[in-house]
Amino acid sequence: MQASQNKKNEQMLTSDGIPLKKKLSKSLFRSRLRAFGLVTPLLLLISIGFVFPILVFLTRGIYNDTFEKYMVNLTPVLAEWNGISEPTEEMFEALVLDLVWLKETKNIGKVASRMNREMSGSRSLFTSSARKAKKLEAPYKESLIKVKKKWGDLETWRAMKVTSHSLTPVFLASALDMKYTAEGSFIQKSEDRRIHVKLFIRTLEISLIVVIAGLILGYPVAFLLANLPIRISNLLLILVLLPFWTSLLVRTTAWIAMLQGQGVLNDLFVVFGIATDEDRFTLIYNKAGTLISMTHILLPFMILPIYSVMKTIPPSYVRAAKSMGATNWTAFWRIYFPQTIPGIGAGAILVFILAISFYITPALVGGQDGTMISNFIDYHMRKSLNWSLAAAMGGVLLVIILFLYWIYDRVVGIDNMKLG
Amino acid sequence: MKLFKLTFATVSALFVAFGANAESITVVSWGGAYTKSQVEAYHKPWSQKTGNQVVSEDYSGGLAEVKAQVESGNVTWDVVDVELSDALQGCDEGILEEIDHSTLPAAPDGSPATQDFLPGALQDCAVGNIVWSTLYAYDKTKFDTPPTTMADFFDIEKFPGKRGMRKLGKAMLEMALMGDGVPAAEVYDLLGTEEGVQRAFAKLDTIKDHVVWWEAGAQPPQLLADGEVSMTITWNGRIFNAIAQEKQPFGLVWDGQIYDLDLFVIPKGSKNKEAALDFIRFSTDTKRLADQASWIPYGPLRNSSIPLIGTFHSDPSIKMIDHMPTTEVALKNALQNDFEFWADNGEELNERFNAWLAN
Amino acid sequence: MANNSFVKFENVQKSYDGETLVVKDLNLEIPKGEFLTMLGPSGSGKTTCLMMLAGFETATQGIISLGGNPINNIPPHKRGIGMVFQNYALFPHMTVYENLSFPLEVRKLPKRIREEKIKRALDMVQMNEFGNRRPAQLSGGQQQRIALARSLVFEPELVLMDEPLGALDKQLREHMQYEIKHLHEKLGVTVVYVTHDQTEALTMSDRVAVFNDGVIQQLASPPNLYEKPENAFVAQFIGENNKIIAQVVDVKGSVVTAKTLKGNLLKSKKVNCDTVGSKTTLSIRPERINVGVKGENTSEAEVLELIYIGDHIRCRMNVEGDENFIVKIPNAKKVSNLKIGLKTKVSWATDDCRALDRLA
Repeated sequence: MQASQNKKNEQMLTSDGIPLKKKLSKSLFRSRLRAFGLVTPLLLLISIGFVFPILVFLTRGIYNDTFEKYMVNLTPVLAEWNGISEPTEEMFEALVLDLVWLKETKNIGKVASRMNREMSGSRSLFTSSARKAKKLEAPYKESLIKVKKKWGDLETWRAMKVTSHSLTPVFLASALDMKYTAEGSFIQKSEDRRIHVKLFIRTLEISLIVVIAGLILGYPVAFLLANLPIRISNLLLILVLLPFWTSLLVRTTAWIAMLQGQGVLNDLFVVFGIATDEDRFTLIYNKAGTLISMTHILLPFMILPIYSVMKTIPPSYVRAAKSMGATNWTAFWRIYFPQTIPGIGAGAILVFILAISFYITPALVGGQDGTMISNFIDYHMRKSLNWSLAAAMGGVLLVIILFLYWIYDRVVGIDNMKLG
Repeated sequence: MKLFKLTFATVSALFVAFGANAESITVVSWGGAYTKSQVEAYHKPWSQKTGNQVVSEDYSGGLAEVKAQVESGNVTWDVVDVELSDALQGCDEGILEEIDHSTLPAAPDGSPATQDFLPGALQDCAVGNIVWSTLYAYDKTKFDTPPTTMADFFDIEKFPGKRGMRKLGKAMLEMALMGDGVPAAEVYDLLGTEEGVQRAFAKLDTIKDHVVWWEAGAQPPQLLADGEVSMTITWNGRIFNAIAQEKQPFGLVWDGQIYDLDLFVIPKGSKNKEAALDFIRFSTDTKRLADQASWIPYGPLRNSSIPLIGTFHSDPSIKMIDHMPTTEVALKNALQNDFEFWADNGEELNERFNAWLAN
Repeated sequence: MANNSFVKFENVQKSYDGETLVVKDLNLEIPKGEFLTMLGPSGSGKTTCLMMLAGFETATQGIISLGGNPINNIPPHKRGIGMVFQNYALFPHMTVYENLSFPLEVRKLPKRIREEKIKRALDMVQMNEFGNRRPAQLSGGQQQRIALARSLVFEPELVLMDEPLGALDKQLREHMQYEIKHLHEKLGVTVVYVTHDQTEALTMSDRVAVFNDGVIQQLASPPNLYEKPENAFVAQFIGENNKIIAQVVDVKGSVVTAKTLKGNLLKSKKVNCDTVGSKTTLSIRPERINVGVKGENTSEAEVLELIYIGDHIRCRMNVEGDENFIVKIPNAKKVSNLKIGLKTKVSWATDDCRALDRLA
């Protein structure tokens, strides 16, 4: 009794003599465990199915070990070479050894593809040389140059040196229209090969215009929805949501039917004399087509957050303002509008982020000046199979989005956003 | 008793279908009229003969999906119809199975398959199927005097209207040079030089503002039918179908056509490799290749098949041989796609093509 | 109190759907400086009347005038009427100071004058230290005061209040009632106040208009409303009230004699009943009844329930067949005699019993 009395002075104890803090965390542990158990499946799904693959894929943008992995003999020799002096017999020997082995193991295509990205024409240089590599005899330098003249070029070896680094900025440089040289410097590509920076800028521009157009078109609709009697507004809300029930592809194709030269809209223009039959408007397969259909497709994402915020603003605010002498406009602009900003913020950022990575619609209706960066990511994923470049471009896009998100947070404040 | 017999019959039939011959293979091709021709000429007879099922899937070309399947170790495709350049590249990269040519059926006259197939049709990992062509078609209602040469395609003044072109450097650059008067035989030599590339882009520049770019093979006949374009680059089989079956008023110009091969390959690690091999052997025999040609005018790649080519399946008045890319008329000024050129320069030229498009 | 009417409703009707009238033929005159309360159950039309006066609803028929001028076609922002809303409607994105500044800014008053007026208004509600707070940082009572200050800061001659104390707890509500009453007395502004709480109406108002079914049932000062309800609805709605159903057998001057269901003859004051033979509701306030003694009117009674309230005992009895007959007995010594089941007599003065219309 005496002892426990003494202890009590040091720390609070429960009736059975265990320190209160310990007991508390023990009793909370179970409920915490249960709460954690509830989110674990989603957490696992997100980390295994989302975060992990994205990180793994993004590393492809800066890491590609194809050369190092397959050119086992040449890689260490290249590392010692300064990149300027004449290639040595030792280097040629290592190259031939690797080519023979690659031909046997049927891996020559992988290295050839990788090299061809660094230097056009390397694919056949590698594949055809590999076919003959087995029969080559020392001195390898002479015999290899006899097979293909290109082996004598310093540029070929410099390209191999660049490619031999697994951890490399070449893809990031390429994503930003630059070339990484053997000396480790970046130079801009020639004018007629620059495309990505332009596309990043165009993507941001299109996304921004879609956001602004969506805001101008969506805000009044949301206002109407929020202020009509519930019976009518529910019906209209279904109409707003209706596009979600049809596939993106169908909606985009519908816009093709609407906007094309012989389409509904142009027919109407001709009927009303706005355009002549010979000289119809080009509304599709260009930037205008992309803007029109993307604005339409993303409009619900703008309307819904604004609507749900407007729904929570009681009419008494505007009434109060009017009773104090404010005109309709003043009451709207100074009282109603500021309260809808959280909805506008949510809608704008939602539409912007969706728009920035849109690709089916611009691919179908974008033509040449209405395509976006994601179309090129897709191109490198599916057509050119340059996944490293695709990953680098995706990484750049991700950085841009995070940067814009950060600016948004600084200017508007991310807490000041309401999805409903 | 009757019911029992019926049930017994059904159950045993099911056993035959799924139990005894439980194999089902997935054959992937380009969709549309082309896949239909393969289903009719290859899939159905093969299923009937072996009892195996064929699942047909569509794709839009390229090795991306095959590469992804092989690298992830989950190969669900068994046979894929690919272009020559992809067959070679895939084989080099080790993502395709090798195929032993000696197991392919001989021609009816007994000559072995290796001699019966046209040059280039048999590759280490691929067996040739058809030859097809990229060429241009026009809307007959738009012109009084029809275009006849590749140069006409690039002549907006004489032949007004929009042009449909594929959004890819391949074939478009060659056609630009041929349209600029370069003979087919010199095209690839010229395109290998910087001035040749610049000349091709300069030619494309002259019609850039009049071009509607397409990506899927189903688009060009639609663009013509909708009146969106007056001429379009297209694939000869697609446009033939629009003419023969839908009776569209389209014309074809063979001058400056670029022909290419399609081949069957098996992705490495296919779970039904034996059945897939059997399917390829069956489908590329003399009769099957000839049968295929009665559905779509893509030329069979066996010499022995050519005399067997018949008439269009729904219209006996159309002789299919007249519409093949390999007739004398069609080959007058024709170019075979140089897969090696594109394997080497594809990346670079497509990058420049894309940059040119975006400017 | 000035005689000429400042606010005037003339034959005003209002319908939302074109089928039913929410307000039926309203006539009401409010003199300058009066505190008038519109009291009634929900759906009785009182809020609609207030909104028509504020300009947020249009009258379907009739004329509403303010200071002698019809205002039917004047938009709300030009009427110059201050208003306090049920949930205060303080602008959440503005500070208290900006809230008060808003009506002055839209009137384009110079900054110096604005500051002066805002300070005065905040002083008036003892909220001067809270100028930089946002509404969300204030308690309910504080928000209420700011709303009040905001409605008064531009010195309107008429202030409308739409159940402004509804969201407050009982104690705070009572406190605010006195505060609003004192402000009204101090400023002499005309107030039209809407509530469904009768105590609130009686506490604060100069006059109360009792609404039911779109019609003003009675317009009177609080004492008259309580003491002299003119119909059964008002009698029942204002305060507690015992009802005995009876048949009129004789009318002599202002005294009605009526026969209860049990055959007892009771005398009462004639207020709103028909001629001999018709049914009537006799209304007696619970605190006007004597227990255990005979009087002008006497009836048999049985104690059913006793509830100890503190200052009085609430006794439920069976009188004339009504088992909900309530008598309030002051908490004095003799109360201890009462027991459940006790049979006794109850009595009341004829003047305290009013013969009203038969309540449906």
